[in-house]
Formats: sequence, structure tokens, C-alpha cells
Amino acid sequence: MHGRGPAAPASSMRSLVTFLGTRLLRALVALWLVSTVVFVVMRLSGDPVPLLLPPDAPRSEYARVARELGLDRPLPVQYAVFIGNVLRGDFGRSLHFREPAMQVVVGYLPATLELGLTAFVLAVLVAVPVGLLSAVKRNSLLDQAAMGVALVGQSAPTFFLGILFILLLSLQAGWLPTSGRGGWEHLVLPALTLGAFTMASIARLTRSSVLEVLRQDYVRTARAKGLSEILVVAKHTFRNAAVPILTITGLQFGTLLGGAVVTETVFAWPGIGRLAIQSIYSRDYPVVQAVVFLSALLFIVLNFFIDVVYGLLDPRIRAR
Amino acid sequence: MASSIPASVPADAVELVADARGGAGARRTRRLVLAGSAFVLALIIVAAAAPWLAPQDPTRQSLRARLKAPTLEAADGRAHLLGTDHLGRDVLSRMLWGARVSLLVGFAAVGVGGLVGAGLGIIAGYREGWADTIIMTIADAQLAFPFILLAIGIIAVLGPSFPTLIVVIGLSGWMSYARVLRSQVLVLRSREFVDAIHALGGSMPRVIARHILPNVLSSLVVIATLELARSIVLEATLSFLGLGVQPPTPSWGGMVQEGREYLDSAWWISTAPGVLLMVTSLAVSRTGDWLRDLLDPTLRGE
Repeated sequence: MHGRGPAAPASSMRSLVTFLGTRLLRALVALWLVSTVVFVVMRLSGDPVPLLLPPDAPRSEYARVARELGLDRPLPVQYAVFIGNVLRGDFGRSLHFREPAMQVVVGYLPATLELGLTAFVLAVLVAVPVGLLSAVKRNSLLDQAAMGVALVGQSAPTFFLGILFILLLSLQAGWLPTSGRGGWEHLVLPALTLGAFTMASIARLTRSSVLEVLRQDYVRTARAKGLSEILVVAKHTFRNAAVPILTITGLQFGTLLGGAVVTETVFAWPGIGRLAIQSIYSRDYPVVQAVVFLSALLFIVLNFFIDVVYGLLDPRIRAR
Repeated sequence: MASSIPASVPADAVELVADARGGAGARRTRRLVLAGSAFVLALIIVAAAAPWLAPQDPTRQSLRARLKAPTLEAADGRAHLLGTDHLGRDVLSRMLWGARVSLLVGFAAVGVGGLVGAGLGIIAGYREGWADTIIMTIADAQLAFPFILLAIGIIAVLGPSFPTLIVVIGLSGWMSYARVLRSQVLVLRSREFVDAIHALGGSMPRVIARHILPNVLSSLVVIATLELARSIVLEATLSFLGLGVQPPTPSWGGMVQEGREYLDSAWWISTAPGVLLMVTSLAVSRTGDWLRDLLDPTLRGE
């Protein structure tokens, strides 16, 4: 980094520890909030017992199930038990799959991770070069076209983008399959759909960060030294523009998890997002809870690591 | 981040500087804002006048007129400009009625989110201390989470209805109002005129209503516009997933979902409402961007 003065190692270390401590605390609070909301919503939903019993079950049976679920105990106790179960990853048994809900969800996770990771890599591989090129050739036809597409990509609803891709590239052109999981050709359209927003955001951000750096004095100095434009961009510009790009990139990866619900439903991709929607329709609430909680956990852990990496990369951020 | 506004420069001064600096640019931006606002206004009029504008009853089914392609020809005195769906309902009429749902839910959600967010943001900025810490911790936690998952869980349990939908979508976006208002109130609070009012015996609600709200109004308008675009898309997404507006009430997201099975044979069922949704989303969010450039450039990057 340019402009970074030599810092005293001890105080720098301490500030890093404080920074990480705050971030960890914040992550834990977020997780606690999510589980509390899940608990409140479940209690608002009314009596879960009839869902578990045949319609002609006697009252004694009803009382037994209610006791088994702990519903006869006071609400604070129920809450404590719930939080205890959450800590152990126990969300009850799936009503549909007849096995522990968390186990079901974990079984669907690889498909989601495969899709999310592909979408992410695709987005970065396309967006960073495009953004860079757009900045260097500012106001050229290429720049204007790329940024126009990026604007549309950023505001287009994911589900309709998926439908458009299926209509144009699968049904009309016949290039790619419409749905399901299989070889790489099954992955292209869902990954493109899921990654579109991320791609657009990263491309726009790369462009503006590079433009920002190109305005700096040291870039002018590098040019004045007679360095070629390629060297100026490669050595002096891109490295300095990388930090904001990296942060937003990391944050975007988390957003992809949320978008997976929609994309997986559009393309019948067998991941946790589609599982969540199907479980809602079959009223399999333990699975819905497990999906919500697991994605929250993934998302928060991921954000924590991004913060850590960011804090290590850029000492200025720790001061905040 | 809005906290980067120098404490000595009020928002209105920034606005004046921006105007003075970019004469031609600002004029162009103003024209773009006008065009965007005109689009939104036209949509509102179309939505309000849907019962008179729509060529047909949006829920009227006709077995003989199923999956008819868009045409200008009127076989039975009724032209289906955008074709019919799998139940023989007129797509154009359903789209116009769908605009009502989109705008109704969108504006109502913006109202809910704006009231909650602005209220909490002002409290956080004015009170500081533990109220500030709690409010901002919740905001950060919610910002750090893909809300659609939680929204899906909540709607799944409570059941989809207009009030649930509006509250859930509204509460999914309160944080941006709260963050921006908090930082602006923090800046304004430290300025002499607020101290002077306090010294003269002005009460806190009075200071907020008379002096702080007018100062943050332009930021509020910008955020509300961007939130409107987000709310409309979220409503359509939830309706597409079957968790939003329920049939037979026509909604854009629901129509795209209904047309999915017929993409191969009757592409217009999904495409017509989808394209309108896309255009609306782009127009409203761009209007928000231009408004921001015009009214409050310090909001950039929020």
C-alpha cells in the first residue's frame, strides 16, 4: 500500500486483536438475533402438534406429543431449550424425510456450494477484466456498452433473468439444457443467472476504483517517468484498486447464497434453496429452520473471515 | 459513507455546489430525473386506471381462447394485444392489474420501512449511548444477512397475505434509512443552531420536526426511491416463488411463474410481465441514482 507509514508493531497488534474481537462479537450477536427471530416466528405460527398427528388422534395423544416437544413448559424455558438445541445443530426431525433436519440440509449443501462457487468465479473472471478495460478506455464504445449491460444486470430481477436465459439460450437456440444437475452444460445458465448481479456490481466497482487510482499523484509520477500505459495500470493502479474490489467481492459471495433460493427454483437445481421452498410447501418447518440457520451461519462465518482478511490487508480499517 | 460529510457543510450547501459546478451535467441529470419520474407517474396512472384501461376482466377465463399468441386481430371483437394465458385470460389486462399490486405493495413497504428506519435512525443519532448501540447492532446484523431467506421463512409460517407481505418487505429495508439518518442527525446535532434552540428552550421533538427533518428530507427521498425499486422486485420475486400475492389476483411475479410451463409454446405469458418488471426496476432505480446525484451526492456508496 502506498502512503502507509511504519507503525509500532505492538500497538498495531493490539488494534488488530480489538478489531477481530469486535467483529467476532458482532457475528455472534447476528447469529443470536437470527435464531431468536426463528424462535419467535415459529411460536407465532400457532400449534405445531396437529401437523404431527393424524387428524383423528385422541386428546391423550395430543398431550403426549405436546409434552414431548416441551410445549407445556413456560415460554422462557422453551426459548432456553431452543437455543440449546440450536447450539447443538438440532432442529428436530424432518417430517418429510424422516431424518434429522440438519442432516437433510447438509446433504443438499454440496449442490448449492457448487453452483455458488461457479457463479462467483465466473462473475469475477468476467467482471474484473471488463471493469479494468472500461476504466482504461473510459468513455469508449466498449466502456459505454459494458456499463450499460452492467446497469441492466444490476437491476434485473434474478428470477426473470433466469427465465429469459432459458427462453433464449435453451429453448430458442437449443445450446444448453433448461434444468437439472449434471455435466458442466447444466451449470452454465444457473451460474450466469446467479452471478449476474455480482458480475455487474464487481464490474462497476472495478471501473470506479481503477478510475479513482488513475487520478492519484503517484500514477501521474509513474506516467511522467515514461512508463508505458500497460505498466502503469499493471504495477501502480490495479494493486491499489484491489482492496475495495476484494471487499465487495467477498460480500457479494454471501449475497449469492440468498440468490440461490430463486436460481435453484428456476433451474430445478437440487440445492438447499430449492429444498427450502419445497419444505415450505410440504410444511416441513424443521427443514426450513435448518436451512435458514445454516445459511445464516455460512454467511456470517464468511463475512467474519472477509473482515479478518481485510483487516490484515489494510491497517487503516482497524481504526474504525 | 455519509459520515464523510464535513461537519461544517450542510447538505443544502453541497447541493448548491454540485449545481454550480456541473451546469450542463446537472441540467442533464435534472432532465433524466424528470423522465424517470414521468415513467413512475405514468405507471401510477395506468395502475389506478386499470379497471377502465384494461381491455378485459383480468380473471375472466375462456377455454376457447387458451394460449392465443399476441395479435392485433379481434376474433370476437376483443383483440388480445399480448395474447392469452393457459386459462384464456388476457395477458395485457392482467399486466395492467398487476401494476396495481406491484405499486401498492411497493409504496406501502417503502412507507413501513421508511417510518421504522427513519424513526430508529433519528433516535440513534439524537440519543447516542445504548439506544444507538442496540439499534445499529440490529441494523448491522440484518445487513449482514441475506434477508430473502428470513423473509421466506417468516411468510411460510405466517402465510402470505397483503399485510404480511408489506410488513416483511418494508422491514427488510429499514436499515438504509436508519444508517443515513443517524449519521446526518449526528452531524446536524453538533451544529450551533441546534444548541441555540436547546438553549432557548426548544424541545427535542420540536427540534427534530422543525429543523432536522427538513434537512434530511432530500436523503430520505433518494433512499425511498431506491427502496421502491428493491421492494417492487422483492414482491415480484416472492410472488414468483408462490409466497407473495396469491392467485387469482394478478401480479407480475405470479404471471411469470404461471407462464413458465408454457415458455416453449407461449413465450408471451412470462415475457410480457417480466419485461415490464425489468423496465420498471431499471427506471425507478436509475431515477434514484440521478436524484442522488442531484440532491445529495454525499450518499454515493451507501
